[in-house]
Amino acid sequence: MSTDVTAPNPAPAPPGGSGKAGADGLARLMLDGLRRNMRQYGMLIALGVIVALFAVWTSGDLLLPRNVSNLVLQNSYILILAIGMMIVIIAGHIDLSVGSITAFVGGVAAVLMVEHDIPWPLAVLLCLAIGAAAGAAQGFLIAYAGMPSFIVTLAGMLVFRGLTEVFLKGQTLGPFPEGLQKVANGFLPEVGPDTNYHNLTLLLGLVLVAAVIWQEVRDRRRQQEYSLEVPPAKLFAVKLAALTAAVLVFTLLLASYKGAPVVLLILAALLVGFGYLMRNAVVGRHVYAIGGNLPAAKLSGVKDKKVTFLVFLNMGMLAALAGLVFAARFNAASPKAGLNFELEAIAASFIGGASMSGGVGTVLGAIIGGLVLGVLNNGMNLVGIGTDWQQVIKGLVLLAAVGFDVWNKRKVGS
Amino acid sequence: MAGPVLEMRSIVKTFPGVKALSDVTLTVRPGEVHAICGENGAGKSTLMKVLSGVHPHGTYEGEILFEGDVCRFKDIRASEQRGIVIIHQELALVPYLSIAENIFLGNEQATRGVISWNETLRRASELMRRVGLDEHPQTRVADIGVGKQQLVEIAKALSKEVRLLVLDEPTAALNDEDSAKLLDLILELKEQGITAIIISHKLNEIRRVADSVTILRDGRTIETLDVKAAGTTEDRIISGMIGRDLDHRFPDRTPHEPEAGSAPALEIRNWTVHHPIDQQRKVVDDVSVNVRRGEIVGIAGLMGAGRTELAMSVFGRAYGRHAGGTVLKDGTEIRTRTVADAVAHGIAYVTEDRKHYGLNLIDTINRNISLSALGKVARRGVVDEHEERRVSEGFRKTMNIKAPTVFEPVGKLSGGNQQKVVLSKWIFTGPDVLILDEPTRGIDVGAKYEIYTVIDKLAAEGKAVLFISSELPELLGMCDRIYTMAAGRLTGEFQRGEATQDALMRQMTKDKEVTR
Repeated sequence: MSTDVTAPNPAPAPPGGSGKAGADGLARLMLDGLRRNMRQYGMLIALGVIVALFAVWTSGDLLLPRNVSNLVLQNSYILILAIGMMIVIIAGHIDLSVGSITAFVGGVAAVLMVEHDIPWPLAVLLCLAIGAAAGAAQGFLIAYAGMPSFIVTLAGMLVFRGLTEVFLKGQTLGPFPEGLQKVANGFLPEVGPDTNYHNLTLLLGLVLVAAVIWQEVRDRRRQQEYSLEVPPAKLFAVKLAALTAAVLVFTLLLASYKGAPVVLLILAALLVGFGYLMRNAVVGRHVYAIGGNLPAAKLSGVKDKKVTFLVFLNMGMLAALAGLVFAARFNAASPKAGLNFELEAIAASFIGGASMSGGVGTVLGAIIGGLVLGVLNNGMNLVGIGTDWQQVIKGLVLLAAVGFDVWNKRKVGS
Repeated sequence: MAGPVLEMRSIVKTFPGVKALSDVTLTVRPGEVHAICGENGAGKSTLMKVLSGVHPHGTYEGEILFEGDVCRFKDIRASEQRGIVIIHQELALVPYLSIAENIFLGNEQATRGVISWNETLRRASELMRRVGLDEHPQTRVADIGVGKQQLVEIAKALSKEVRLLVLDEPTAALNDEDSAKLLDLILELKEQGITAIIISHKLNEIRRVADSVTILRDGRTIETLDVKAAGTTEDRIISGMIGRDLDHRFPDRTPHEPEAGSAPALEIRNWTVHHPIDQQRKVVDDVSVNVRRGEIVGIAGLMGAGRTELAMSVFGRAYGRHAGGTVLKDGTEIRTRTVADAVAHGIAYVTEDRKHYGLNLIDTINRNISLSALGKVARRGVVDEHEERRVSEGFRKTMNIKAPTVFEPVGKLSGGNQQKVVLSKWIFTGPDVLILDEPTRGIDVGAKYEIYTVIDKLAAEGKAVLFISSELPELLGMCDRIYTMAAGRLTGEFQRGEATQDALMRQMTKDKEVTR
């Protein structure tokens, strides 16, 4: 039992308090908010620190527009996998097969498009369905036959890796149709007058700022309508300003190069969609419930088997998407594609706040965890650290992130 | 040695917020079988944990003298070295190791770290013969019944040169035949000079094996009686266990007059359930109960009586193997094959084990409250978080859940407040029938009163309440009607006016052969 449950925090100043509180009061409010949401903000701060560190170390190269653009492209498939993996881990399971499914779907895609000349949009749909089927097969064994996910997906990892080799006959296969390449590797089209910036990206950035502000304000107003307590206006303003600044800086960086990559839009859609699903949809709640306490969830009428099944089906589909993006980016399907992707995705989830016992984590956390790894990779490449030491450092970062979490939890008391 | 073998003097043990033992004195004479009895929560198990060093010296007050020496055990190992061995209700055996391996677990027959299997098997066979266990020593423990597993535990104790054997409700999970064998063995060991303490609330058992009995109530020693003395009747023991202090701990309740003619809100007919693993064992045996709208009906029974199993098996077959019986809601038969079915039919079950079955401890109050009825705060599969927050804020206020906001993780709350969250969760499903399983277990007196008030209000609103409890005062204080259960069977039914603690306890401690 912790003391901070009942002990009133000294910090919260009365909403719209006297002018005397001033800047001092605001800083205190922010610190207070931070402390209460250590879990959520901890990794965001860590990401900021890592970015700052490498920005200095590479004398600014890390934040060059071209590099930022590259960062997005390089990490897109891991981030896609991390979203699905986070949901699997929240449900209290693990999926070791995603790297192999990524390769498998890449192989199938190449066979369909390169050897059989099937139009790429149709082939993409087919590949997503195949990924979903692979996930569903594993999900069935886990949810309904009651086999441990570790074992089922370990088997899946072997099976799909082997099948990839069979399909591709051990060869790499390419190239992919141009349309698909543009999706995986391309940027939004150039429109409008020449402004030295990518116009469409700027526009999108502004729309995004407007959407964020609108959403936040609406949320706040609805909370007030329900006569619920809302954070003080000053804190709200600071939050909005910070969000706006972050979006604008990122937009400007991308816009001063070739604009926003197409996969960034896909990623954003996935982040918003799955974030919403996990946070607001009934089925998302059920995922948290079965991961947090399975017996209690069952006794609450949650259809645990169906939910588990769907979680793995979804993971398979996302793995297929990652496989398509990966294959198209390198313009070839290779039997060795996606090696260790499952481990990267799992590491991203745990860095991003997942818990081994399930029930904890957010989709945004998975993205942040994936970005921590991505920036580390990219930054270490820029400063010329060899892949040998890169692995050591990434391992230590994973340990540190989870160690911090364990320590933080113990401090709060359980 | 003429003095007592064990003396525990004025033991006081406090947990945060609860005084589990307030003044317990226990004196055990050498070579006797000493029974300890008392209601659930009277402090029996805590006392034995103090004795065995689970609660180490320094975490309690008072002193322990064993064979004349003052003992300050720092852990279980220390007490076992003195020859005090406890066999807990939940057996501590490794199912996939053999009998012989289990007997010598932690005490391996080895020289310089290498196990001598010949010695292990030889000594294991010897010990098994002593306890009358007729199995091969290399049989896996998972492959023998609970009764035999109990014998393995005793053999394990004997291997440690036990001088004082403590058995915590040893027959709770056993059938009649195995129970009888076990009791015989305890008497045999007594002949061999082993002193035993047996915790039990089966009075016929106590009369059969014990020489003296110490009665605990509310963490105090009430009295120690000589079982063989003429004055020690079952009535005497029962009155010791329940005490006489029934004070105003309940809301004033106007007893409900059931509307004649209308069908009961919930009726369970001839319900039989088998144990999920040991499928020969009937855990619930041909039980029929009913409860009307506005009525609070109690189910009294001690541990192992099958009350929870009855409730959970009715609530979506959440326990055991269903072997027969029907459930009627408002006079028509309903199917409650899954929990979702049961909830849809307006049945709610508030578990006795809120940490394991009731709550997602790492999640917040609002999300726990809404979980069973998310549909009520969602539109087309999307949860309206504002509505959810409003609803749970409402419960926080009306149920007086002590937390600054509804975004507090329930794991941080006290037991009483957690219980209020579980109750809120099920009230939010809008049930017609609430099955409350030990709703006041492990919470303090103040919170208990609040929960009684809530229950009373629910009944006044016309809901039917089945109230499972092993605390007789609260059943007598709250219920319109009380059923008693023992060993899986219904053993009695009492109207509010005719129920007394003595009468209930008599039916609750009844064994099968006496009943029919």
